[in-house]
Amino acid sequence: MLKTFRIGGIHPKEQKVSAGNAIQPIAIPNQVIIPLAQHIGAPCQPVVKKGDTVKVGTLIGKSVGFVSANIHSSVSGTVLKLDKTMDASGYRRDAVFIKVEGDEWEESIDRSPDLKKECNLSPGEILDKIAAAGIVGMGGATFPTHVKLTPPPGSRPEILIINGVECEPWLTSDHRLMMERTEEIMVGTTIVMKALNVDKAIIGIENNKKDAIEKFGKCAEAYPGISVEALKVQYPQGGEKQLIDALIGRQVPSGALPISVGAVVQNVGTVLAIYEAVQKNKPLVERVVTVTGKDVKLPCNILSRVGIPAANLIDAAGGLPETTGKIVSGGPMMGKALASIDVPVTKGTSGILLIPTLEAKRKAMKDCIRCAKCISVCPMGLNPTLLMNLTEFEVWDQAEKHRIADCIECGSCSYTCPADRPLLDHIRLGKGRVNTIIRNRKTNA
Amino acid sequence: MENKLVVSPSPHIHSGDTIEKNMYGVLVALIPAFLVALYVFRLDALIITALAVLFCVAFEYLIVKYIIKKTPTVLDGSAIITGVLLAFNVPSNLPVWILALGCLFAIGVVKLSFGGLGNNIFNPAIAGRIFLLISFPAQMTLWPAPDIAGAVDAVTSATVLGNLKSNPELLPSLQTMFFGTEAGSIGEMSALALLLGLGWLLWKKVITWHIPVSIMATVAIFTGIIYIFNPIPLYHPLIHLFSGGLMLGAVFMATDYVTSPMTKKGMLIYGVGIGFITVAIRLWGAYPEGVSFAILLMNAFTPLINNYTTPKRFGEVVKHG
Repeated sequence: MLKTFRIGGIHPKEQKVSAGNAIQPIAIPNQVIIPLAQHIGAPCQPVVKKGDTVKVGTLIGKSVGFVSANIHSSVSGTVLKLDKTMDASGYRRDAVFIKVEGDEWEESIDRSPDLKKECNLSPGEILDKIAAAGIVGMGGATFPTHVKLTPPPGSRPEILIINGVECEPWLTSDHRLMMERTEEIMVGTTIVMKALNVDKAIIGIENNKKDAIEKFGKCAEAYPGISVEALKVQYPQGGEKQLIDALIGRQVPSGALPISVGAVVQNVGTVLAIYEAVQKNKPLVERVVTVTGKDVKLPCNILSRVGIPAANLIDAAGGLPETTGKIVSGGPMMGKALASIDVPVTKGTSGILLIPTLEAKRKAMKDCIRCAKCISVCPMGLNPTLLMNLTEFEVWDQAEKHRIADCIECGSCSYTCPADRPLLDHIRLGKGRVNTIIRNRKTNA
Repeated sequence: MENKLVVSPSPHIHSGDTIEKNMYGVLVALIPAFLVALYVFRLDALIITALAVLFCVAFEYLIVKYIIKKTPTVLDGSAIITGVLLAFNVPSNLPVWILALGCLFAIGVVKLSFGGLGNNIFNPAIAGRIFLLISFPAQMTLWPAPDIAGAVDAVTSATVLGNLKSNPELLPSLQTMFFGTEAGSIGEMSALALLLGLGWLLWKKVITWHIPVSIMATVAIFTGIIYIFNPIPLYHPLIHLFSGGLMLGAVFMATDYVTSPMTKKGMLIYGVGIGFITVAIRLWGAYPEGVSFAILLMNAFTPLINNYTTPKRFGEVVKHG
């Protein structure tokens, strides 16, 4: 029996059509737009102005506040302007527009392909390098990595968990990274273990990526303390709390962080970025993006610089299909529908999914028939239909009591509902309100 | 192109599950029991079932269209199920006008006056059956003898449960009850056929095991304990399991989504409650059969059970790592 998490879960059609296609770079366009908010937390302060020349890796946005991450230029050229651009959520946000000239990198960056295993830095130095490189969680949450690797006082990490689950249907970018950058991810893992001062790490990979499991299994023999675990295919196993439960059988209590059960989770893409930052001085300026969908001619995995518009990636995948009705940044379960095809790739863009018009619209919602299927699939053990009702009637104290704040927004409830009820839409709204109420209570107390 | 993009919150895909798929799944599960009914009661079973479905669908259509003035959704399958289940709960020789009244009560009063599918408190078929049983006690308890030999069924006979208390010597064998040729309502003939339906429902994930298994286990254990001390047919657990409406009720009526609890814990409480009340009525009540009263009573408790039970929360499971 393969391991998996113990509460709820669904198994949507996997649709990993681009799994076999090697990562390919995409040509850099004449202009890139680099948003100054690519992470959870405070947006960056721009440190360049119109007319400045930049290289690949030049700092253009400095992190302000504790939860924030530096932003670097992903191209070489001249700063055209600082202006607003639309982000994946549809908001207009500050961004740096850069006119591309050549492809010149900062001298400090080691661009050789050689594997560099030795790392003699102290944990503090490693964290400083990660912070300087502007690394964020690349599984989609975009939480600044150096913050996550700094355990709050009084807590002690025991185990590092590497997330190679990629449970979203369609997405294959992590899968390709695991196949093509195996050894570097391994070294990255040892670096994170050193930074956290733990001697044990588990790499969790779902069983639909047998080639990656095998490759990591062989590779791990040379790395003491690191083991590889195949997991039963089950969504949302890539959720931090679900993955910890699946791998070490510990459940993070309501409202607590994974560190409360001694675990720290990092995505494989993040670990690779950490390797590059620490060993090669390379800031986070590019990432792998899966471009895929039912009618996409050439589903592929593209190595894209940050700031390249989605439109360019779609062109590289054979162009925008006539049938397209929705463009999603990320996976189909948790991704964001884009309002414009010109939204740039950011640090958190794991995929661009083109959904045909026929499947883009939702069906009309019917009355709840109380079948309780939303309850059986909820991985947090919540009652989604109750939470939707409580939100509709604005009964916030009850919503809080029924743990609306625990919702991880995986979408399993809406996905499953036979009456097509928009459960997660409501719960998301209610969760926002309840979190505000909880915050206010804390500050007033 | 750009103006045509749909922007909506996640998730962007759906399982494809629909109310119709679940309802028709239940109807498929009722096929084995229907085939047994056709074998035992011949044309009568077909006529009563077909008419009940027709009445339920027609009443729902007319009431929704002309009284509630909304678009009727009779094809979602729920009215068809109510029709079939109500027919399965009456004798095969029930006068048609009584059947029509039962359908009107089930659909018009029990289902639609509360707001239609999803909003009713009581199971329409159960409430319809009880309405008929109380209003027409004579016609509702006149059972035609099984028509196995193909003879005209002029004789009426008592049900297993009817004989249990008064003349235990007339009981059919357990085998007969399991495969189904004893006297009784249309759909409650064969425990085996109903169990086949249960298998299908579980396989297709239309329902979970909690409600039917907890009802059957409670009935078996409750009567079994008494049987140990007093081994007479009245207390035989297998007789109680295979006779009357127990299987039909446990598999198809108690598991109605709308009127049963939503949490697993709640489903178990509900099932145990139904099992207890059923046995209590059967052994010590005035009626020989208690399944439908038990379900109706527990329907009434469902909102309370939902209120006091929560799903197993993440983070409350005992650590084993």
